[in-house]
Amino acid sequence: MPVLLENLGKTFDDGAPVLEDVNASIGAGEFVALLGASGCGKSTLLNIIAGLEAPTAGALEVPSDGAAFMFQDAALFPWLTARENVELALTLRGVGKAERRRTAGELLDLVHLSGAGGKRPHELSGGMRQRVALARALAQDRPLLLMDEPFAALDAITRDLLHDELERVWQETGRTIIFVTHNVSEAVRLGQRVLLLSSRPGRVVQEWQVTEEHRTNPGLAGQLTGAITARLREEIRRHAH
Amino acid sequence: MPTSPTAAPEAAAPAAAPEAPTSAAREETVRPGVEDLRQLEAGLDSLQSAAARTARIDWSRVLLPVAALAVLLLAWQAYVWLGIKRRDLVPGPLDVAGQLGALWGEATLQQAVATSLQRGAAGFVISVLIATPLGLLLAQVAPLRRAFGPLISGLQVLPSVAWVPAAIIWFGLSDATVYFVVLMGAIPSIINGLISGVDQIPPQYRRVGSVLGASRLALTLRIILPAALPGYLGGLKQGWAFSWRSLMAAEIITVGGSMGFGLGSLLNQGRDLADMTVVLAAILLILAIGILVELLVFAPVEKHLLRRRGLLAGSTR
Repeated sequence: MPVLLENLGKTFDDGAPVLEDVNASIGAGEFVALLGASGCGKSTLLNIIAGLEAPTAGALEVPSDGAAFMFQDAALFPWLTARENVELALTLRGVGKAERRRTAGELLDLVHLSGAGGKRPHELSGGMRQRVALARALAQDRPLLLMDEPFAALDAITRDLLHDELERVWQETGRTIIFVTHNVSEAVRLGQRVLLLSSRPGRVVQEWQVTEEHRTNPGLAGQLTGAITARLREEIRRHAH
Repeated sequence: MPTSPTAAPEAAAPAAAPEAPTSAAREETVRPGVEDLRQLEAGLDSLQSAAARTARIDWSRVLLPVAALAVLLLAWQAYVWLGIKRRDLVPGPLDVAGQLGALWGEATLQQAVATSLQRGAAGFVISVLIATPLGLLLAQVAPLRRAFGPLISGLQVLPSVAWVPAAIIWFGLSDATVYFVVLMGAIPSIINGLISGVDQIPPQYRRVGSVLGASRLALTLRIILPAALPGYLGGLKQGWAFSWRSLMAAEIITVGGSMGFGLGSLLNQGRDLADMTVVLAAILLILAIGILVELLVFAPVEKHLLRRRGLLAGSTR
């Protein structure tokens, strides 16, 4: 079980709990979509799993060597080329120069960007930048990949393609992925399992399995999307007063 | 699997899911195969990437400043022609040009420029070597910054000429006096530039750095320093300006002893001889060197830096 969250809670200094009693277990190689409205503490939860923040209650079990992280903005370094951005992740891991070049080349090829390695971030489109960011996250070579709404800022066509791309990369690399989103169809499209977080405080209120049947039958996927949306709206409505 | 590049949509659909022909027949979402996905992405990438522009020599960059200079010289000459002031108090451009020629002829000009430039450059380089590690340390270690930050900002406001009397008492009329004053002028501005460069780094960069597992030192040298480079370069430019100004002030005030003969000394000599052409020639030389260093050293570096980061588009540079 690469990730195990037990009664996890997080309260900041100002009092109101952000996360309360979060329970979840995520298996090796699993692709889990974490869904929730604003204020559900999704990002806080990812930060805790990544070890960037400490929980104030409960316990968690994560891979000892930490997790790779992908953000909503690609956060590539503008003074480095695409290839150098990927190589930096390898340098910081202590990988030697020759292997660094080779691995960075392979990873860029994996995200179909072998021709753009010499370009700088500002010369790349938003989708290309996110693919470089994905290659950089993979260069960290950690079994667990955390993704914080990585495609939220992209246009619909690009996002659609990157869904295919991410699914393929996931299948090829066998990573465990926790994918945070507030887009229900994205969650159903990508996740094997969808966890719904409530807002203020964040807590896992329901989960759905997305089966192979859902992937091949759009009608069934639509039903599931509808059911999840209804539950999500119910959660949001609770905050009307 | 041979896929013909971008065939008609109805031909592409079956090729997209060859492993599931039965489900492909149904109306459903098309999951492209790997090769197909690669082509789709390549197409989208080329649609979304900006086309590369070819750089041309823009003559207005050269002609406009030259024209502005010509206008200023003409205005100066016109003022002299009007004869409002005595010619020895306000000499014309031609008189000053003649004096520059004379100074060149007796090799005074070359000596003064060489001495001052050499001092300015050496003082600047020493300042950079001292200020860069200090600036990084102050920017990265909060207690240090809180303790010394106000002092450094204050030193930047203090005119470095104020140090000249102290320096003369400590070091006498020697080059050490000049260098001391130059360092006191340049170091605080470089430190301040570096700190403000670090302050302007998007917080996300630090987060990415720690997610990538960078140690404190690696974070500072591989992420913070390069990220702060535009602000740091601004600090270097200002540091150079302060060194050059401080140097001139020091050279004007401290004459004699083991001091060499610099542009400031030339200016001071002009005053002693009450020769306005020498004074103006020295002022113009000091100004010209300042402009040349900006044009030949800092401007190209800055332009290269900003262009690499995509920060040049739409600017008036």
